[in-house]
Amino acid sequence: MNEIIFPVIIVSVLALFFGILLVFASKKLAVEADETVTNVRNALPGANCGGCGYASCDSYAEAIVKDGAPVNACGVGGKTAADAIAAIMGVEAGEQKEVRAYVCCHGCAEKPEDLLDYRGIKSCRAVADFYGGRENCTYGCTGYGDCVAACPFGAISIKNSVAVVDNSICAGCLACLNACPKGIISTVPAAKAYIVACRNHEQGKYTRVSCTHGCIGCKKCEKACEAGAITVDGFLAKIDHSKCTLCGACAEGCPVHCIYFVE
Amino acid sequence: MKELLVILFSAILTNNVVLSRFMGICPFLGVSNKTKSAVGMGIAVTVVIAISTIVTYPISTLILAPNGLSFLNTIVFILVIASFVQLLEMVLKKFMPPLYSALGIYLPLITTNCAVLGITLINIEDFSGMGEFGHAIVNAVGTGLGFLIAMVIFSGVRTRLNCVKIPKCFQGLPITLVAAAIVAISFMGFSGVIDGIFASASESIPFFLK
Repeated sequence: MNEIIFPVIIVSVLALFFGILLVFASKKLAVEADETVTNVRNALPGANCGGCGYASCDSYAEAIVKDGAPVNACGVGGKTAADAIAAIMGVEAGEQKEVRAYVCCHGCAEKPEDLLDYRGIKSCRAVADFYGGRENCTYGCTGYGDCVAACPFGAISIKNSVAVVDNSICAGCLACLNACPKGIISTVPAAKAYIVACRNHEQGKYTRVSCTHGCIGCKKCEKACEAGAITVDGFLAKIDHSKCTLCGACAEGCPVHCIYFVE
Repeated sequence: MKELLVILFSAILTNNVVLSRFMGICPFLGVSNKTKSAVGMGIAVTVVIAISTIVTYPISTLILAPNGLSFLNTIVFILVIASFVQLLEMVLKKFMPPLYSALGIYLPLITTNCAVLGITLINIEDFSGMGEFGHAIVNAVGTGLGFLIAMVIFSGVRTRLNCVKIPKCFQGLPITLVAAAIVAISFMGFSGVIDGIFASASESIPFFLK
């Protein structure tokens, strides 16, 4: 019996000794947690989406308090969170840029047959790495939904083999931006906006071959825009949302109807 | 005295814990991307190895071995190491917050660093009785310093790796492992150097260091 009990006693006594040592040490060496960090952290939504550029809400809260990071970087918490944090930190909240994600490709109803009979992994990144994708348009949405998986809020769904962001759910964390291998998801103002729903940089005639709704770079919208918000670069129109007056002249004139009004 | 020097230098060079014994690879690859955190990690591991040996060696030789309980060595050592890593974590958090955040997850991982447990167990095997307690401590400190040197050298290598164009298939961990292997090979060049330096003392060199 002794050969069992003795080892047990020895290990227990040692464990007890070290346990007591650690208890005393933790009392003696306790570091007072910064209360401001905890308060800021509580004002954040806690989605840990990484949209602000920090790994988690905790590290963003710490960056705000210790490194003076801007208080309005949280897209999910929006104005409420920015105001709350600004109140804690005693600074101006500044202009809250509420943004959300938008998939700049609506697919094509009468698209020609696929180039490839793709039977690989059902993932956007995989199919994009495979000679740029199975479809004629190598710039468009592949429809395998890497962004759907990346969205922590479940705001994205696949409709007609194209990803669509639900505006009412999207919190603007922009996690989907990095997930898309084609880079067709862009940030748009959460309020009303005009959007060019195409990312095809090909010349007009090649764009037309693969998609009836692709931007052909005809520059009609550029001329129609009185505010000068639209520039056509590389056969693709781009709208500067800060200059856009929402007049709608560009969408009316677009021969391929690839400019959409979203709200 | 000469014997202690032999033990110290062979622990640092010929029996380098990372590059010859291949223990403690996890922090060696994990924290060596910046020289600053590599030095911090090296010092932390040195301190933990030294303290662990100072505590575990008497426990083993005075309490466990006389009672025929040497089979408890491993579990008791793990207990001691875990406690002291915890203690070190508190001390660093209190007095050196920048180093604490730089080491991150690798600090609590010293608990499971096989270099620490390995050296404390090897000390029990290689040295016997309290008469060689000093040898064990010197060996522990030397091992820690060896770890520190390996970390610093390798962090330099990795800094250079950042400056060159590496084929995509080798980027990240693969090229790091290849570089680690080459650094390990270079340390094999130290074998026999202890014999040369301490030629006259060669009779007193314990057999396991040759």
